[in-house]
Amino acid sequence: MDYDPVCQIDRDPDDLVTINIGPTHPAMHGTLRVIAKTDGETIVSAEPEIGYLHRGVEKLGENFTYHQFIPLTDRMNYCSAIASNVAYEMAVEKLMGIKVPPKAQLVRTIMMELARIADHQVLVGILGVDLGALTPFFYLIIQREEIYDIFEWYNGARLTNTFGRIGGVNADLPDKFHEKWPTLRDTIRKANEETDALLTKNRIWLDRSVGVNAFSAEDALNWGFTGPCLRACGVKRDLRRDEPYMFYDQFDFKIPVGKHGDVFDRYMIRMEEMEESVKIIDQAYAMYQEMPEDAPLMAKVPKIIKPPEGECYHAIETPNGELGFWIRSDGSDKPYRIKIRPPCYMVYQAFGELVKGDMISDTIACLSSLNIIAGELDR
Amino acid sequence: MSLKERVQRCLGDDVIAITEYRGDLGIEVPKGNIVSVLTRLKEDETLGFDFLTDLFGVDNLDYYAKKKKKPKKKAAGEEELVEEEEDKGPPPPRFEVVYLLQALKTNERLQVKIRVPEDDMEVDTITTIWKAADWPEREAFDMFGFKFRGHHNLRRLLMWDEFEDHPLRKDYPLEGKGEERHLSYD
Repeated sequence: MDYDPVCQIDRDPDDLVTINIGPTHPAMHGTLRVIAKTDGETIVSAEPEIGYLHRGVEKLGENFTYHQFIPLTDRMNYCSAIASNVAYEMAVEKLMGIKVPPKAQLVRTIMMELARIADHQVLVGILGVDLGALTPFFYLIIQREEIYDIFEWYNGARLTNTFGRIGGVNADLPDKFHEKWPTLRDTIRKANEETDALLTKNRIWLDRSVGVNAFSAEDALNWGFTGPCLRACGVKRDLRRDEPYMFYDQFDFKIPVGKHGDVFDRYMIRMEEMEESVKIIDQAYAMYQEMPEDAPLMAKVPKIIKPPEGECYHAIETPNGELGFWIRSDGSDKPYRIKIRPPCYMVYQAFGELVKGDMISDTIACLSSLNIIAGELDR
Repeated sequence: MSLKERVQRCLGDDVIAITEYRGDLGIEVPKGNIVSVLTRLKEDETLGFDFLTDLFGVDNLDYYAKKKKKPKKKAAGEEELVEEEEDKGPPPPRFEVVYLLQALKTNERLQVKIRVPEDDMEVDTITTIWKAADWPEREAFDMFGFKFRGHHNLRRLLMWDEFEDHPLRKDYPLEGKGEERHLSYD
């Protein structure tokens, strides 16, 4: 290594400069760290380092009862905590063989799809901010606040919701939801239209996103991609359609698919999915209104949850992709082993491959468009 | 043909045990054959398990300990008989590695398990089949201490590099052993 007195940096023989981005950096979403070797502005190789937010959720899970574990799932993907809650609850319900009453399933569907919209709004807003477009962020975040109001009316929490219980949900939809939804639906659509008008055909936006870190479908499957990142590559896979749970097989919704797997496709998939989620909520709400008012919200569940000996895996489509829980029970009131399969864990391990050959500023766009959530990544 | 029959026909003698619980099919295969088993499952036309969902380790230390305790609750006469029977066989290997597979065309899922004894923690890497196994294998090494033979970068993933234990093992205390991370700047 030669020491360059002018630049005051160590130079390696290939004249590559090692740049350390993160773990606490304003452009990194959470505590992520990338060690990049650069030639000028071009990235030659990048290696992500994770574990800065590791809290040992799986180890804690082995020492908590089944109900005590639900709040921990909030702290995984905090942008859409409700989806993580429901994913875990459904895995335990499968392990115990509980059938959840239809009304509770509809409440879950509505809340989960609201969480999906909120998650995608954050993603698109932040992606805009990272690429220098600040205005769409405000349009979208106002709508997200309205969605969080609904969550707050439900049980008082806005971000970490601890939604639902094993065997159903603890409360019906809040009364204010019935007044709010018809107007909220329109404002969400309007905010999306405004964002669309600002970004989708914007020359600067297109220059920064089209063709940036494109990924082939074959590579994406090899790396274990799921969710919007996989669909952006052109693979039509969505667990809501392929392994339908709850009432998703009865809803009419499209699965948007991209072509090139670049930042622009990932953005478009999210924009279209928000529209589909609004449609799903409409249909679920119509079904919900047909239910009698005193329909049960909880299945018959013993007070102390002790699933019989056995193990099973259950996964659902969360905003980020396939979130699965593998649980082994030894017949006691605590899980013997819980394994979480976080969607962005699989996506982020391909990060080095994704950004190779791009500019440094494109890594930030890539990171935003993948929606890497450190809480979910490190557990 | 059901999934169970197709898997049996594809793997033949390599299937040691089959479990089915809540609709999830699981098979146990010999540890040494894991790469060939997964390749066959991937390439077989009737199965096509072409997507690796996840890979992780399980420590069965307490699981067997609890099972052995159970007979003691029974009447005094039965107790001795049961315990004698259990002592005959060698103790089952302590660790397991579980592979979760998915077939994208048919939307079927399969769990493949191998048993890994404590004194021989070497397992063949499957990063040659799926790149997705990269971090999960590093995590399994980090958390349980499996040595994945042939993995290109088997470093700790979630814990720091100087950490010595394997925290998800059952004999590692929940509150830790008082390790501190000393940052060194060179």
